Amino acid sequence: MRFFPMPFHSIMLFVVWLLLNNSLSAGQMVLAAFFAITIPWLVKDMRDEHPKIRRPWLAIRYVLMVMKDIVVANVEVALLIIGPIKKLQPGFVAVPINMSSELGITVLASTVSLTPGTVSAEVSKDKNWLYIHALHLGDEGALIKEIKSRYEAPIKEIFGC
Amino acid sequence: MPLYLEIIVCVLLLIGGIFLLVGSYGLARLPDIYMRLHSPTKASTLGITGVLIASMILHSYLQEFISIKELLITLFLLITAPVAANMIAKTAIHHEIKAKEKTRGKELINSMRNRDAPPE
Repeated sequence: MRFFPMPFHSIMLFVVWLLLNNSLSAGQMVLAAFFAITIPWLVKDMRDEHPKIRRPWLAIRYVLMVMKDIVVANVEVALLIIGPIKKLQPGFVAVPINMSSELGITVLASTVSLTPGTVSAEVSKDKNWLYIHALHLGDEGALIKEIKSRYEAPIKEIFGC
Repeated sequence: MPLYLEIIVCVLLLIGGIFLLVGSYGLARLPDIYMRLHSPTKASTLGITGVLIASMILHSYLQEFISIKELLITLFLLITAPVAANMIAKTAIHHEIKAKEKTRGKELINSMRNRDAPPE
């Protein structure tokens, strides 16, 4: 494993490089192999330990669900933007979270930013609270409940944290 | 190029264009910085995705070779957009930029700045 300290990342770099160049020519393959070997070797000391994905199928289902939610969110936000601005009721909400892993919190915060009407703004130092800003805040409790059950619960299960 | 493909590409471009337009319009129209964050992170991701899928179909046809790099661009966009929005929101909070008067939960800005738990 001396040449491939991060085998999964090596494969990903190789594939992504070929996809970006849209070609399978020998020259690009050599270049892709070069990157797949040197980049992991250069960055291997900078890694933090992250939890592994424990439930791959659940992860795929989660990604599909989030993609659907992104489309819905886009339409919803577009309608809110076109509609009467005076009626919008923006607001900040503190969502209690209990996740130990930083990767899990990052995934949750990114999902929250991409899905209906909310952008994550800050995480408290003790990592127990995620602050979000909602474009149109209806029922605060319902929003918190939805984020916790719809997004936080599956993330916790996927990473087992 | 067959007509049905042209129609699909045109429709996707139009949808993408409309969403991008609405996203930019929201940026100009919404009253404060926190609300403005919403329109580029959301309305535009679908817009770009629409344009990129149109490009993917067109180029797969023209090159007679499936073109997937647009999917990668979409993926990178989905990873970076929330991070950028988060950094802008953080900056706004730390510069104590005022939220609109009627914003609910304004008292939370203080605890956000100190990254504390919210006041009871």
